Amino acid sequence: MTATALQAKVHPAVEGGLLLEVADLSVQTASVTSITFTDPAGTALPGYVPGSHLVVQYGDGANAYSLTGSGRHPSEYTISVLRVDDGAGGSLAMHRLAVGDLVRVSHPRSAFAPVATARHHLLIAAGIGITPMLSHARAAAERDSEATLVYVYRPGQGAHVQQARELLGPALAECTDRGSFQEELTRRLTDQKLGTHLYLCGPAAFMDTVLARARELGWPQGRLHSEPFGAAELDQGEPFTVNLARSGVTLEVPAGISLLEALENAGKGVPNMCRKGVCGECSLQVLRGAPLHRDLYLSEQEKSANTTMMCCVSRSLDQELELDL
Amino acid sequence: MSSGVIDGTAVLPERISRFPFPFPSDSYRYSTNVEPALKTVVTEAGAWGGRLLDIDEHYRHELTERDAVLTRDPTRLQVLPHMRPAVWDAISTLLPIMAAEHPDAMSFDRDGNACRWQNTLQDLDLEFTLGDDGSLPVEPLRFLGSQIQDDIALLDQREGALWLDAGLVTFAADWSFGFDVGMKFLEVHGPVPRVHQEQIITRAQQFLLRLQPGEKYRRANWTMTVDRRLDTSTETYPQWARDRATVAGDPALPDRLHLRVEVQHLIRLPHSGAVLFLVRTHLLSLSDIARVPAWRERLGRVLAELPEDMAEYKGISRYRSAASAWLLGT
Repeated sequence: MTATALQAKVHPAVEGGLLLEVADLSVQTASVTSITFTDPAGTALPGYVPGSHLVVQYGDGANAYSLTGSGRHPSEYTISVLRVDDGAGGSLAMHRLAVGDLVRVSHPRSAFAPVATARHHLLIAAGIGITPMLSHARAAAERDSEATLVYVYRPGQGAHVQQARELLGPALAECTDRGSFQEELTRRLTDQKLGTHLYLCGPAAFMDTVLARARELGWPQGRLHSEPFGAAELDQGEPFTVNLARSGVTLEVPAGISLLEALENAGKGVPNMCRKGVCGECSLQVLRGAPLHRDLYLSEQEKSANTTMMCCVSRSLDQELELDL
Repeated sequence: MSSGVIDGTAVLPERISRFPFPFPSDSYRYSTNVEPALKTVVTEAGAWGGRLLDIDEHYRHELTERDAVLTRDPTRLQVLPHMRPAVWDAISTLLPIMAAEHPDAMSFDRDGNACRWQNTLQDLDLEFTLGDDGSLPVEPLRFLGSQIQDDIALLDQREGALWLDAGLVTFAADWSFGFDVGMKFLEVHGPVPRVHQEQIITRAQQFLLRLQPGEKYRRANWTMTVDRRLDTSTETYPQWARDRATVAGDPALPDRLHLRVEVQHLIRLPHSGAVLFLVRTHLLSLSDIARVPAWRERLGRVLAELPEDMAEYKGISRYRSAASAWLLGT
């Protein structure tokens, strides 16, 4: 990895950034590993705003990951990476890093800052979405400001859960199933003091659900904050079936395999480019069923019409989708 | 730093050779004139701009003056409660920079939150704890304002806007920090003519909203002041306003009238995310300006050409013709 990182052309997203050394790797869960970077010269790193992310180069690509520290006078940067086997390869490259490897990273960038005037911070995280919340919770503790964290994770797969418990004590609510989360969510969204701000990070569909519920319960838009990079590393998703109307073919799309890959495996490849839901190249027409939109290309309006989907990242809310293919 | 260019037979004093003369041409209009900080600008008389925190021969005098203003009028320093972390962020950002820029006079050491600050210009050797207000001899922002000559404003970013929520402003050029505190950036600039039609303030705000942690920019602004008076705030208006009407007929005009240049630094603080606005005021008399022939001529032309609404807003309309005439020898 060292050789790769150094030989590769500097990615535009990390230009003018830092060259850091992997100082520590710590396994959080079967699929999440924390990686700690330090300056090889041992000097302190630039401070950062809670909720900031770091862009890390791998090979020719670069991914954004939330920093988990408070950001005050850091001597190290720590990110936690969920291994996504059907991703663009970024998370796999991160999981292959070894102590001593050199990695190019950007300066920390702030896009999910806490609101200084908030009377209370309500943090809601699902899965790997815990990472920016840990940063927020740590900063709140340092500043003596109030924070509550609701953390949803699959049983046995809660990254940083021990740290969250130590940090928040009774201000942490853990949910490991959908039902208890819905109950907890409704309770939390209705019993906050005036001036509370809500911060949200997790899979895109999860964030949409929480935001919709919050609006339903009267939360003003200005009090709702969600992490734009929460969906940068997509989860494996649920399996579903596609029916290709014109070819008369039915395909199974298992968890962890993208629709694009399933089509390619079946010899039905479609034009594509970024494979990250950004470029719009792999757009498909949907005839029946509701896609689970996970791309950054379609507008909200286009998404809700459910007639177009980006097959590189999006999946299905229904058991079956019918496509014009 | 010690040398200026030769003016006749004499070397120009530092107050002239290091003066940030702001006019690149013979006419002046508002613009979003921001540029990266720390770039040295060479002028006809010398150079300026190589440092973020400029210390000059007036250091001790100006800090004594600031302290006196604050004692007379405590409203010049205000910190809304949510801005405490931003004040500490400003302290932990600026002191190391100041020490690095002035290693002969200052040093800063930090171990976790434990800090030691030495400033030989004030015979100061201080140990304090970041984040602990009580560990400083005075409240944190007042302490920072006792170390640097700049006025300090801190802007919080929320709801897609910037809010002037803390500051220490003793050397305001015809405005009132106490009146403006808590306002949005766009509201603070409400009275400035022209800039709204020309979208200058909106563009400046967009620029500031996108400023990333650690980034440092600067801009210069200017007006004129009668005598070396730093505190020309709205609060002291009765003490300085009359001079504006009488100076035009005063034979001592070239010594009394000063070009007032504010070098403003814009810095996104790394941890709080607040925008730090530093305003460093430089005053130079027309007599001194006239020792640099290119400056004498250009300022004379700028003052003659300046549209009336801008001259009125800057408060110079009653004497700018007299000043221009003297400079141009007409």
